[in-house]
Amino acid sequence: MSKIIEGLKYSESHEWVKVEGNIAYIGVTDFAQKEMGDITYVDMPEEGDDVIAGEEFGALESVKASSELISPVSGTVVLVNGELEDAPEKVNEDAYGAWIIKVEMSLPSELDALMDAAGYKANIGE
Amino acid sequence: MKYYDKLIFECSKEGRCGYSLPKNAFPAAGELPQALRRQAPLDLPQVSEPDVVRHYTNLSQMNFGVDTGFYPLGSCTMKYNPKINEEMAALQGFAGLHPLMPARLTEGACKVYEEMDKALAAITGMYKFTLAPCAGAHGELTGLMLMRQYHINRGDLNRTKVIVPDSAHGTNPASAAVCGLEVVEVKSLENGRIDVEALKPLLGPDIAGIMMTNPNTLGLFETEIKTIAALVHEAGGLLYYDGANMNPLMGVVRPGDMGFDIMHLNLHKTFSTPHGGGGPGSGPVGVAQKLVDCLPSIRVSAFHGNFGVILRAYAYILSLGQEHLRKVGEYAVLSANYIKESLKDVYKLPIEGVCKHEFVFDGLINDGAHDDVPGATTLDVAKRLLDYGFHAPTIYFPLLFHQALMIEPTETESKETIDAFIDVMRKIAAEAAQDPNILHEAPHNTPISRPDETTAARNPILKYQEN
Repeated sequence: MSKIIEGLKYSESHEWVKVEGNIAYIGVTDFAQKEMGDITYVDMPEEGDDVIAGEEFGALESVKASSELISPVSGTVVLVNGELEDAPEKVNEDAYGAWIIKVEMSLPSELDALMDAAGYKANIGE
Repeated sequence: MKYYDKLIFECSKEGRCGYSLPKNAFPAAGELPQALRRQAPLDLPQVSEPDVVRHYTNLSQMNFGVDTGFYPLGSCTMKYNPKINEEMAALQGFAGLHPLMPARLTEGACKVYEEMDKALAAITGMYKFTLAPCAGAHGELTGLMLMRQYHINRGDLNRTKVIVPDSAHGTNPASAAVCGLEVVEVKSLENGRIDVEALKPLLGPDIAGIMMTNPNTLGLFETEIKTIAALVHEAGGLLYYDGANMNPLMGVVRPGDMGFDIMHLNLHKTFSTPHGGGGPGSGPVGVAQKLVDCLPSIRVSAFHGNFGVILRAYAYILSLGQEHLRKVGEYAVLSANYIKESLKDVYKLPIEGVCKHEFVFDGLINDGAHDDVPGATTLDVAKRLLDYGFHAPTIYFPLLFHQALMIEPTETESKETIDAFIDVMRKIAAEAAQDPNILHEAPHNTPISRPDETTAARNPILKYQEN
């Protein structure tokens, strides 16, 4: 059974969003990290880059495969989690603690299209 | 295995020399302009002949191949490469050929092409082959271009989609995308075969065709192939056969008879030519009669395919003949099933039943996880196999199973070798159950343990740097 946290927003491509005002922290879910296996590299954008909802902003590499990261919201990257550069395994250890990018949202209404915890739980069939 | 990791530059000693060139009998071509001349002497290693010989011999012993041991890499058909193939390819009349030689001097090579085309057509039930493509994925792209051209020739211009099963080789959707076609996935059933009911609604006037391999990536024969072929043809589409898994079928069933219209073969898999860091590949493409006008002409270029590889594969076909080609598949199937049945009480077998040339386990039944110690994964099993002198099977493919371990023994291994492999796989399973850390830390006996593959791929050091 994968961990799902109440109060976060979830995308179909298994990213989570934690909202603080106009700021969104984005990471991948516990379900996603389990599917991927041992994560060996997190490919992140640069600070100042724009991200667009539904489009790729980076990638995760694991011992099994490489998988795109899809942004659940649009906006500007104000911070990337530099800690993951040297310690990508943190995504496996604590998927909800290891945020990947911090985004200043340009269209917060996009959040409405995302799922809540119960919706995501049903979506992954758990 | 003896550890050796020196660079030839590290063997260098000032003033040492391993050669003596004859005096130059030709006059100097004149002075080069100053701007073009090297300002400092070229920094070449300075080594004696025995140093050079030992250096490269030691490096060669760091390698693993079918000539050194068992190589059960699923989906790759790492069969033994008979040495008679090499002898045939080394014959002066073949080895001395140059693509720019006049036609009257290359008739022997042309005859090989012609005979090979006929042999492959007879084995596969296709009408005609082009031997030009130089590898499997090259064949796929060629085949898909033929598929597209066939529809265009008929004025059928809206067929832009290709159906690919979720168990397909990764190159299938990639080749379709390179060809400008849109990929539509069709799911597998619980029994590992294509879901015919899920296929039906996908078929329509926008479908160019379907790409399949049979037996599929799980090593299972697609039992509904006749129904699938009829449905796809009825919708105006074509069937493409990925020949990567042809090994168990030779001389028994033919893709042409199953209803396939286009296919490629991997001569470097099924027909015993070296591959996997060894020789180059060859991926001939065969078509049904209705597509013969779309094939490239043999005269398209004097640089036609990998001739040396085609020649080796031709030697293989002639060495075995019709009767023994059939045995290839029978023994490959027997070996795979023997391993599967001998290990399924300790490794998870997701789909029961007779497999063809390969099969997939889904990790260990008892991975040894306890308290804070995580269980042994498929990667750990693969790494531990190296300690026992076997090449690892294919891992984490197909993606249908989380701990996929894909084993293909081929027909060329003796029962003793296969039994030794089974013993080691059982020993590894017992080790995992007892103490998974033995596996987590493997390999212990190889020159290097687990390299940082991600960094190696992202920041490769490809040049000698003195400092």
